[in-house]
Amino acid sequence: MIAMLIRRLIQAVLVMLVVAFISFSLFQFVGDPINNMVGQEASQQDRAELRERLGLNDPIPIQFFRFVGNAVKGEFGISYRMARPVSEVIAERLPATLELALISGVLAISLGIGLGVYTALRRDGWLSHFIMSSSLIGVSLPTFLIGILLIYLFSVELQWLPSFGRGETVQITENWSTGLLTVSGWKSLILPAITLGLFQLTLLMRLVRAEMLEVLRTDYIKFARARGIKQRSIHFHHALKNTLLPVITIAGLQLGSIIAFAIITETVFQWPGVGLLFINAIRFVDIPFMSAYLLLIALVFVVINLIVDLLYFAVDPRLRATKRSAGR
Amino acid sequence: MTDQTTHSTPPAESGVFRRFLDSDLFYDFSRRPIIILSALLTVVIILAAAFAPWIAPHTPFDPASLNLMDGFTPPMEPNAFTGNVYWMGTDSQGRYIFSAILYGARISLLVGFAAVAFAAILGITLGLIAGYKGGWIDTVIMRIADVQLSFPAILVALLIFGISKSLIPNEMQEQAAIYVLILSIGLSDWVQYARTVRSSTLAEKNKEYVQAARLFGVSSLRILARHILPNVMGPVLVIGTIGLALAIILESTLSFLGVGVPSTQPSLGTLIRVGNEFLFSGEWWITLFPGFTLLILALSVNLLGDWLRDALNPRLR
Amino acid sequence: MKKTLRAVTLGTAISMIMIASANAQTLRWASAGDSLTFDPHSQNHGQTHAVAHQIYNPLIYLDLDSEMQPGLAVSWEVTDDPSVWEFKLREGVTFHDGTPFTADDVVFSFQRAQHPNSDMRTLISSVKEVRAVDPLTVHIETNGPTPLLPNNLTNLFIMSKVWAEANNVLTPQDYSAGEENFAVRNANGTGPFRLVSRDPDVRTEMVRNDEYWGMGEFPMEISRIVLTPIQSAATRAAAMLSGEIDFLQDVPVQDINRLNNSANITMLSAPENRTIFFGMDQGREELRTSDVKGANPFADIRVREAMNIAINRDAIQQVVMRGQSVPAGMIAPSFVNGWTAELDTVPETNVNRAKELLTEAGYANGFTVTLTCTNDRYVNDEAICQAVTGMLGQAGINVRLDARANSIHFAELQQGELDFFILGWAVPPLDSHYVFDFLLETKTPDTGAWNFTGWSNEEFDSLSRALPTETDLDERNAKIARAWEIVQDEIVYLPVHHQVLNWAVRQDIDFAVQSQNQPMLKYLSFK
Repeated sequence: MIAMLIRRLIQAVLVMLVVAFISFSLFQFVGDPINNMVGQEASQQDRAELRERLGLNDPIPIQFFRFVGNAVKGEFGISYRMARPVSEVIAERLPATLELALISGVLAISLGIGLGVYTALRRDGWLSHFIMSSSLIGVSLPTFLIGILLIYLFSVELQWLPSFGRGETVQITENWSTGLLTVSGWKSLILPAITLGLFQLTLLMRLVRAEMLEVLRTDYIKFARARGIKQRSIHFHHALKNTLLPVITIAGLQLGSIIAFAIITETVFQWPGVGLLFINAIRFVDIPFMSAYLLLIALVFVVINLIVDLLYFAVDPRLRATKRSAGR
Repeated sequence: MTDQTTHSTPPAESGVFRRFLDSDLFYDFSRRPIIILSALLTVVIILAAAFAPWIAPHTPFDPASLNLMDGFTPPMEPNAFTGNVYWMGTDSQGRYIFSAILYGARISLLVGFAAVAFAAILGITLGLIAGYKGGWIDTVIMRIADVQLSFPAILVALLIFGISKSLIPNEMQEQAAIYVLILSIGLSDWVQYARTVRSSTLAEKNKEYVQAARLFGVSSLRILARHILPNVMGPVLVIGTIGLALAIILESTLSFLGVGVPSTQPSLGTLIRVGNEFLFSGEWWITLFPGFTLLILALSVNLLGDWLRDALNPRLR
Repeated sequence: MKKTLRAVTLGTAISMIMIASANAQTLRWASAGDSLTFDPHSQNHGQTHAVAHQIYNPLIYLDLDSEMQPGLAVSWEVTDDPSVWEFKLREGVTFHDGTPFTADDVVFSFQRAQHPNSDMRTLISSVKEVRAVDPLTVHIETNGPTPLLPNNLTNLFIMSKVWAEANNVLTPQDYSAGEENFAVRNANGTGPFRLVSRDPDVRTEMVRNDEYWGMGEFPMEISRIVLTPIQSAATRAAAMLSGEIDFLQDVPVQDINRLNNSANITMLSAPENRTIFFGMDQGREELRTSDVKGANPFADIRVREAMNIAINRDAIQQVVMRGQSVPAGMIAPSFVNGWTAELDTVPETNVNRAKELLTEAGYANGFTVTLTCTNDRYVNDEAICQAVTGMLGQAGINVRLDARANSIHFAELQQGELDFFILGWAVPPLDSHYVFDFLLETKTPDTGAWNFTGWSNEEFDSLSRALPTETDLDERNAKIARAWEIVQDEIVYLPVHHQVLNWAVRQDIDFAVQSQNQPMLKYLSFK
């Protein structure tokens, strides 16, 4: 157990190193950071000096080791675009993304499981068919189009909900501001959360349905039925419980992808989170920010993976290494 | 009920087509009007895209053939300056929406099919190797797969797109854009194939007929190709169909984020992105017609994939 | 979940009530980009200055009609020594923190703006020394006579020396090195509004400065400003349409009609101080992206003329810009000294003549070249390039289009790597010399900083270089006219149009557009 844990940890560190190298080298040659930093009128000499000062002239391995060393300390340098320490900017914007991800996650998981169970139990009901067909439409529409359509309907035409931003926020600590304590904060959250959660919702719903259908066919459930246990108890006590283990682990992974998918939602709704900053960073070739973001996402995934692995150890002694994969 | 029709030996003279018509799969298909409609729509769009140069009234990719003054013509209404009428209207550059959709679907489908083919070939190969060889090769491949699977395809695609972009010289980027897109989407999606193929391979490998073939000295390659591969084609077909819809949507999303094909050669996704800017200003046809086409295409392919999965998985009947 | 939903519904109801009773004097202002920093000397950047003008004052500022108006200086004139300007300062002005404004603050601010970290130093590079003669008089000595010095001071903000000392911001923020100082997110000016809170790229809040020196002079009806940058064009339009903001800069041209048709919104429009044009590398032996080898087609003036008349500027104006541009014949809008209607005449489109010219030049079958374009800098830049690609194609020139982010575009442009490119130019000092100096003089380390055409003309250079110290205005204007004549004859650039600024305000707001795209909110009033 301990040995396994250590092996997984070492693997996690290796993964982080690989991602660090990718994020470092990926943006090594894209665009010229100097040009974004100096005005139109700077001379060649100014540029050369700045290049030297930022260490952009050093050999690549040295730049990489400096990068990793700093990253471990949480220092990702100064954002070229915002002229502030990247770690500070991320700390400031992460709450917005986490709040959005959390609410969409809750939305996706609760509705996803609920609808999944319903459609599995009422396989041939017209409502189930309707839900399943609309879920397909949801999967077939690109996220950004859903967001734009929601804005068009609820903000422009009906004027019920805000089309952008977080609304009023309340400062809890120096870096942590929340929109969950104000009315306008909640209102601003609705459309982005739906847009972001919809894809995961349909994914989870279909997964729950499939798992549930499979469990319902097992001999164990058939025996339970034969023994005359109540339908309700079979469905929710026996079947759902067995369905939930893989579903919850998948849902954990989905939380990670929600944070990454937030890039699109945040762009559409101008949500001031890290995803929006990432897209801006790409436009401005803000290398320090881009690498920090990729590492952050990688860290989130590695940690979630680790937790999922541990969950498997805890719950399933047979260590089924290959679980059915659930989409992305 | 079984889908393992490939192993029941049919009368030799009836041929593949006859065999297909007799299969459970086709029987099931013929009983589902929605699936028939999806298949029909998919085929129509694919054919229309394939024969776009012969069907489309003009070539939207040739800027010299466009008349800017024709821009923003509403469907079925005469243009304010030129008086020309186009049944689906024109976009901001004076492209006929109808032609643009045909050519755009061509690009989208090309990217979709190529990305899926790329992902499938890569995934199947790696899955077969991992499952058949086992050992450290298996560990390495599956560990990479695990890592990648935990990242969303969009992030992987963005990453690969970024790497390719930095490696390709500027003047070639426009021509290379489509290949880069195929590569990014394909590389982001191989894991599913690898995992499925690996587990099927593991299961088949220990079956007696494979063991027997091994004992007779049949080469690994031959065993893989003749005995194991046919057994994994069903699931691969399902993943591929759903993967096609995902690839088409991913392409449009990348285009929305501004890293897709150049706007002089718009795909469906690019058309939607560009048209999107005009949604609030009342020029709905620029984005809605391509959007609708994309929706129909993705939906049909998704429905087909869904049906295939259920139909090939007898336990779910 | 149930609880959450209830909270949401409840919240919706409550905020509906709150919106109804919203304070009419709060101005919710949105723009595409944000101010980069509040340090007034750190960045020479349009939106940064636009926001700073609400909080800080320069000695002289441009009003809504782009006329120079007294700011912290009440009068200015050249002394008997033609190299010394005298500025009389406004009396009884205090900074937001209560310290009085004196000549020392002016001297300090000029010195600060001349520091190597300052992005404003080029504008006052002619300034030799600034002296406080008495608490309300300042002498500025320049290297040689500089008749246009006041033109360069309209974005040069005055800081409090005492405040700068107390907060250790004696030197400007070193923006390029990513330095942050106290002045970046805090501000202490003499302007009409004071800074309350600052969250870069998200939200900036300001309140009225009731001690402002112009209290009786200007409307000053806004009590609170909330500035929110919204990048996405569609979202900006949606936010304005849904009444979430009161004042929108950077209205997307395609949404002007829709905003105009809304009963709650008034559109304001005026010509902007920015011209969009194409440049061609005429100096190289051979183009990098062309199929013509051993010769540079752009070096042949017949080719340049063919391109000039192949571009249908009216079509671009009507379709791409939806009327929101002024087709141009020169790189300077009408309010720049040296502009004439004749120079700015748009060449008549004639595709057949263009083909003839290309044939005469030996390119009967045309040639290929790559046009490099931004897609996030100017109004509809990529669409303009696409349209031009088609128009040149009709004349026989096969143009490939490469559109990308401006950060990459400008980087490559400045490395001199582009054959055929788009560029937009603003002329803040409102004088042609600014255009000549940057875009047209022969490229040397000191001149022609943005001349990437390889074009070089001796007569032009000598005319342009004589301008800064030419004190006889008639003589100076004659030189400018002659210089423009050379530029037009040679077809150095292909001007497309002057941009038009569009602002949207709530229907009960009375305001006007300023060509510098710097809303002076002290002029804004409510109906």
